[in-house]
Amino acid sequence: MHETMVAESLLTTISAESIKQNAKPVSVKISCGTLNAINDEILCFAFEAIAKGTPCEGMKLEIEHKPIQGKCKNCDETFDFELYRPKCPECGGEEFDLLSDAPLMLEEIEFETE
Amino acid sequence: MKKRVDVGKKILIANEEYALKNSQFLAEQKKLCLNMISSPGSGKTTILVRTISELKDMIKIGVIEGDIQTDLDAEKIRATKAAVVQIETGGSCHLSAAQVSGALENLPVSDLDLIFIENVGNLICPSAFELGEWGKIVVLSVAEGDDKPAKYPAIFAKSKVLLINKIDLLESGAQIDFCLERVKADTRKLNKGIEIFAISAKTGAGFASWYDWLKESVKYIRGD
Repeated sequence: MHETMVAESLLTTISAESIKQNAKPVSVKISCGTLNAINDEILCFAFEAIAKGTPCEGMKLEIEHKPIQGKCKNCDETFDFELYRPKCPECGGEEFDLLSDAPLMLEEIEFETE
Repeated sequence: MKKRVDVGKKILIANEEYALKNSQFLAEQKKLCLNMISSPGSGKTTILVRTISELKDMIKIGVIEGDIQTDLDAEKIRATKAAVVQIETGGSCHLSAAQVSGALENLPVSDLDLIFIENVGNLICPSAFELGEWGKIVVLSVAEGDDKPAKYPAIFAKSKVLLINKIDLLESGAQIDFCLERVKADTRKLNKGIEIFAISAKTGAGFASWYDWLKESVKYIRGD
């Protein structure tokens, strides 16, 4: 449900950018790491709800998930770490370091121009 | 015509700025700050009440109490005579760094050694919001089941301490399927450095090691 706060921040930033560009925003690209625990459906729903009646109404959200990386202690392989099945895909090792997680980013906004 | 504009901006930047401000303030003041996160009913408040009462001659503790509504928990803390500031989130499922920043202004920080933030009962959302704390404490009670680190990995991956609470239930004859070793193993897979203490806030079992960790951490932050 923290997606509501994420949706509010998005709306604020996109609205400001929309005034600057003097154009209607149609879609936005977002990226997030594993530990941000973003649920796409909930984020889209929250955004749709708060965007109603604003220039952002009807915008499309593209959400890219960047998996957190793990580095295997046994074979040094760096791999997409599955939190739900923590294991090295190369050697099956269970000793690894978690590398840093991608932050929640607003990457790009697409506007419709006259 | 369509036009793309690169933004490249952190979405929760406003929260992160407050979190940074809080952590700088706490570091300057040399105060230990711990953010407690768990599901509702795992025993955060009871753990705090016991900890505050039993350590009161050694560590001065203040509490920032987050609740969606009511100040029932804050009342329980207040009964221990500890300084407490209540944040009613009014429906929000987590505390934000801005709310904590406001609460810190209302706590007698200079008189304290340790500030606990009792987050809103929720195992998912609070883990995504840094508040400026030095460490997160995740609490899991045995009645919730031993699959929680596997099902909600983010908070177990990010915490400095795991408190496994209500272990008295395991010996009470209650029919609880909870394997302590499974929880420890699943948690350590995600987070090798995590400290794990099995405790009972009801009987006080296991609290000695938790207190040792708190005392060491207070000393470390104070630079003794």
